[in-house]
Amino acid sequence: MYEKIWDAHVVERRDDGTCLIYIDRHLVHEVTSPQAFEALRSTGRSVRRPDLTLAVPDHNLPTTARRTPDGRRIPIADPASATQLAALEANAPAFGIRYIGDADREQGIVHVVGPEQGFSLPGATIVCGDSHTAAHGGLGALAFGIGTSEVEHVLATQTLLLKQSRTMEVVVEGQLGPGVTAKDVVLHIIGTIGTAGGTGHVIEFRGNVFREMSVEARITVCNMAIEGGARAGLIAPDDTTFRYLKNRPMAPAGEEWDRALAWWKTLPTDEGARFDRSVHIDAADIPPTVTWGTSPEDTVPIDGAVPDPASFADPSKRAAAQASLDYMGLTAGTPMTDVTVQNVFIGSCTNSRIEDLRAAAAVLKGRRKADSVTWAIVVPGSGLVKEQAEEEGLDRIFTEAGLEWREPGCSACLGMNPDKVPAGERCASTSNRNFVGRQGPGARTHLLSPAMAAAAAVTGRLTDVRDLAPVAATEPA
Amino acid sequence: MEPINEIAGRAIPYGAKNVDTDVIIPAHWLKTVSREGLGKGAFETVRAKPGNVFDDPRYEGAPILIAGDNFGCGSSREHAAWALLDMDVRVVIAPSFSDIFSSNAFKNGILAVALPQEQIDRLLAVAVEGELFVDLENQTVGTEMQDRFHFDVDPFRKHCLLNGLDEIGLTMERGDAISAYETRAASQLSFLSGPRAA
Repeated sequence: MYEKIWDAHVVERRDDGTCLIYIDRHLVHEVTSPQAFEALRSTGRSVRRPDLTLAVPDHNLPTTARRTPDGRRIPIADPASATQLAALEANAPAFGIRYIGDADREQGIVHVVGPEQGFSLPGATIVCGDSHTAAHGGLGALAFGIGTSEVEHVLATQTLLLKQSRTMEVVVEGQLGPGVTAKDVVLHIIGTIGTAGGTGHVIEFRGNVFREMSVEARITVCNMAIEGGARAGLIAPDDTTFRYLKNRPMAPAGEEWDRALAWWKTLPTDEGARFDRSVHIDAADIPPTVTWGTSPEDTVPIDGAVPDPASFADPSKRAAAQASLDYMGLTAGTPMTDVTVQNVFIGSCTNSRIEDLRAAAAVLKGRRKADSVTWAIVVPGSGLVKEQAEEEGLDRIFTEAGLEWREPGCSACLGMNPDKVPAGERCASTSNRNFVGRQGPGARTHLLSPAMAAAAAVTGRLTDVRDLAPVAATEPA
Repeated sequence: MEPINEIAGRAIPYGAKNVDTDVIIPAHWLKTVSREGLGKGAFETVRAKPGNVFDDPRYEGAPILIAGDNFGCGSSREHAAWALLDMDVRVVIAPSFSDIFSSNAFKNGILAVALPQEQIDRLLAVAVEGELFVDLENQTVGTEMQDRFHFDVDPFRKHCLLNGLDEIGLTMERGDAISAYETRAASQLSFLSGPRAA
């Protein structure tokens, strides 16, 4: 599938194998674009295809109200954030690029907005100056993160000079156990292959487990392909994908839809195709998973314990594990379910879509957060997700449980906006990175699924969601 | 971008593995609209600890950084490359690099040299007292002793680095080929040729 999409986008092939690849869709946000626009200005270059480009602010936006009741903009306290946001707001129209602004109902995290609007499509090449662009691979797009010089390159030429990656398949077959979600699956995969396991490769996620997932769950899996070192993740488009995309505002319609559908159906990897590397995982071996350290590969089953650094054979891994435990304030052998958390973050481009919020709400319904949890926020991935959640009454479930219901944005996934975890405190987080200082200087992050984050909010410690039956136990599990 | 060929000087013997971009430059430093001045924030969390290599006067202004494998993993922020440049680092030597980081480094005239771990270990030991010599033309890393380690580099990247070539300018010269692709795609993949207007 990767090779099919690649071949369809080759503008020119050089003798050394490097290809000039055409880019179908370019998402732009405020953090990695200002220097690119500035360089276009200083070199007198223009944007080749503004119509294939979509700009949305997300990283710096506060998730509190952005407008007063009478519609005036509430100034952003941090002048540096305000400058970056103002730069995008000015650059987009100056270069003729469609812009979804901070007060538009479609605004959200670029990786939520792209699929939701039908801007992202199967078989398309999609780039953005953000490594979690891999997310769009959940639709069967070849999507990957780029740096600012590449943003400038795409703006100016609508192409990138790339070397073809090697191919890797991660096959998960079988039946997932209770309480195991797409997030647990991808955390377990990263724990298995390591953060450099996919370096130089594009990963195709294959097997019945991914076929049976919703598009949103597939986006969660592909979103974290980069945490396994792969620049892109892919899942073959199928009827689930097509149903998801049909009638999205920017998706093809009418005759164009039919033509698109015919091509999309040719994309899945052919029977018997060979991958450069294969990893097979039995679905039944995947537990509800959390991280204990400062790398996404530091995973452990929720019913497991903090590992002993001495158990790592590689001396540098042993040292890294010890440094992680020191930073995390954890002792080897502690059961994960004894680890207390003071903060809970439900959101990010990994887990802020409607199904994620429903999963968290199902756990929180009829419950209240523990008093020891001092900060717990739910941040929808877009204004449209927010509207949908409010229509379903999810916002009331969250607020009645004592969680805050916020405006869409990247929020506490990274320390760029006011949503930060205080130094030394622990956060149960549905985001994608548990790096040192990621959620704020000194913050300690445990990655997990939305349902497990909700469970942690209720008990004030990392909790096995399987031990927390729904309060309104009228529906079968 | 600045051409690069022979770089001689001290090397920071950092050696850490899986150095992520949040370590190279924490997110709060990304709120800039410029490429300059990020050296101040580089390796901030590492520098918070006394006795760290980055604040060791022996390595002040060192043009070379030695690290462990998977250097630059994590986010796509090119600020990581800009921060290194602002520290005057022009060469990073490690057993392996994340894909996005190596691309960002190249586009900013930073040479990413991949060498086997045992050679890295040797360089880490030498760097504590001595200088290293990096020669892009001949693709070698040497020490004041007898060490000469060969490294591989993509020929196109080598050419651009040696000559300080702007990749965007080179691609714009291929404008006709891009237009030809667009014409072809407009008939064969018309549904990709533009999102529906709002």
